[in-house]
Amino acid sequence: MSSTAPAPGGTIAAGSADIVETAKAPRQLGPSPKMAIGFLAPALILLVAWVIYPIVYSIWRSLFGSNDSDFVGLSNYGAIFTDSSTLTTIRNNIIWVVVAPLVVTTLGLIFAVMTERIRWATAFKLILFMPMAVSLLAAGVVFRLVYEQDPDKGVANAIITTVHDAFASSAGFPGARPRENDQAPAALQGGAVVTKGATTLVPLVGINPQTLASAAQAGQPPADGGTVWLDVVRGGGGAVNQIDPQEKALAGLTVEALSGGKVVATATTADDGTYHFPGLTKGSYSVRLPADNFKAPFGGLTWLGPTLITPAIIGAYIWVWAGFAMVLISAGLAGIPRDALEAARIDGATEWQVFRRITVPLLSPVLLVVFVTMIINVLKVFDLVFIIAPGSVQPQANVIALEMWRVSFGGGGNQGLGSALAIFLLILVLPFMFFNIRRFRRDEG
Amino acid sequence: MAHEAVRIQRGPLGRLLERTGGGLVQVIMVLIALFWLIPTLGLLVVSLRDDAANNSSGWWTFFTKPAQLTFENYTNLLASGFTSSFWNTVLITVPATLLVIGISSMAGYAFAWIDFRGRDSLFLVVIALLVVPIQIALIPIAKLYGFLNIFGSIAGVVLFHVAFGLPFAIFLLRNFFVGIPRSLLEAARMDGAAEWRIFATVVFPLAKPAIASLGIFQFLWVWNDLLVALVYADTANQPMTKALQSQMRQFGTNIDILSSGAFLSLIIPLVLFFAFQRYFVQGLLAGSVK
Repeated sequence: MSSTAPAPGGTIAAGSADIVETAKAPRQLGPSPKMAIGFLAPALILLVAWVIYPIVYSIWRSLFGSNDSDFVGLSNYGAIFTDSSTLTTIRNNIIWVVVAPLVVTTLGLIFAVMTERIRWATAFKLILFMPMAVSLLAAGVVFRLVYEQDPDKGVANAIITTVHDAFASSAGFPGARPRENDQAPAALQGGAVVTKGATTLVPLVGINPQTLASAAQAGQPPADGGTVWLDVVRGGGGAVNQIDPQEKALAGLTVEALSGGKVVATATTADDGTYHFPGLTKGSYSVRLPADNFKAPFGGLTWLGPTLITPAIIGAYIWVWAGFAMVLISAGLAGIPRDALEAARIDGATEWQVFRRITVPLLSPVLLVVFVTMIINVLKVFDLVFIIAPGSVQPQANVIALEMWRVSFGGGGNQGLGSALAIFLLILVLPFMFFNIRRFRRDEG
Repeated sequence: MAHEAVRIQRGPLGRLLERTGGGLVQVIMVLIALFWLIPTLGLLVVSLRDDAANNSSGWWTFFTKPAQLTFENYTNLLASGFTSSFWNTVLITVPATLLVIGISSMAGYAFAWIDFRGRDSLFLVVIALLVVPIQIALIPIAKLYGFLNIFGSIAGVVLFHVAFGLPFAIFLLRNFFVGIPRSLLEAARMDGAAEWRIFATVVFPLAKPAIASLGIFQFLWVWNDLLVALVYADTANQPMTKALQSQMRQFGTNIDILSSGAFLSLIIPLVLFFAFQRYFVQGLLAGSVK
């Protein structure tokens, strides 16, 4: 926007040589340079006292221990690279920097290209962009709810378990087991329930009858099979190992007929708990209910546990920033000359070739800016980790910016190490400082 | 216009894609949009359900049983003294935004239209400061505030936000001011207007869109800040973000306060965002892509 605008006293400097030239150029009608002091003073005072002086002070302070009269040289910096907790923060920051900017930029590009094909692009952009307006604290609370372990509370696990159950049935009865005495017709064998003698009745216990209130009554065993049921009467009573009128059926269990240790037939219990082995020739079989029947149902993933915590927080970060990337890339997309794309299409290029060979190269300056902005932002990530990671998992989720706060203000009590961490963070963003300066000089030149 | 181009020449696969692709793209985009809406919707619904409901079933059951919604959490929250942290947020955000606008437009004007020695080098310093992490200042400024006796006060939080908002603000406004036609300023200068008058009557009004962009950015940045408040605001002066953060430790039992408080804290930013989203996007473009 500014590159073509004339500036007083000639062109804006594009290098140090030009700066000298600008200063020497004959001054036209205009204010005296002294006026600048008045205009700049408030900003300069604040920037020097709140930003530049702290950089100097932090460098100095980082050479001292937790007590600011204890000179320790560079050992705070040594501690950053030897202490296991700070090494974890560095490892996590590396994961963040490798994953988050790339995913955000890629999603932004995909969304920007796809919004060109829908009529409700404005609404779509607003929805994706909205998290940018929300505080990271609120976003953190939002995702703490999303990642709740209980599939009846956390929407992430609710979706995952629903999808999982659609493909793998888990209609089992965790905790169900045979009675442990000699009269019991079945016993546990390696997690599976196997009948002891020539019986087809499989009475089980270990389930609260209340949870089966809506289940059907157990049916009498058919001639070519048997019954699996909960051998407990709600409120007491009933005969052990016999099917009493109020006893409930255990439906949907897998039942296998064994002969000499081999499975010769398989069946599933019906609503009334009965199962049939129609084709089986007369003989002596034992009945087995495989261990799968008694496994706890899939409860989703432990998002907020030590293993998944960093990917989970990166997920929340992507939710916040993908809209930002999309809006910037969309603006870049709008600036691409349509003729170039259409010429390529007339020449028979496929949509994918147009995207790979023309759109992406023309967008590369914007993509680079988004990518670099994200790297700078990711290096300083603090709020989301602080809010989403539960206290017990924070050591595993820790990042440099959070560790800097924790060490200096959050109970760590070591401002020497805190200063060294702050300087470390500053050194990490230095390359991007030069990137910005170079880009500015090129644009103005 | 993109659709016309697509129709020009397609292979059999392309034609198939075009016929089914339109619908498929729509479906995928709807799913993505839902994916982005669901987390916030979840927060809203949870904040409108009482503890018993939240503990016994997922928030999505409200689709089938909307009767369970209640404002109980919000009345409890307001009774618990949350309003004072709301006013603290306002008392921090409004001055921090106005001061940044005032100070940076003066500096931006000097960088754009006053010719002084070392101007370009000084501006490069401002650009360099754009990426300085605020962590660098936390410890030194805590010392400084102790010395000035403003540690824990609202003034300390405001000044910190102003200082760290300035590099971006100056960068944004200077770039906008440079684009103002020179003839307008020259004419005013010919008339013998003082520099302050030119700034106030010519440049400032012309720069309204840029100032609006800057204002909304700075407002959201300060309103949503947690770290600065965490370090410099004491309990009496804490904004909403810090008040809510202190409840995070008992996340499971405090979900009623946390969900309603978090939702209250994001209403004003959302309203501003929807009202001024044009300026928001402009500021983003001017600040990042040139």
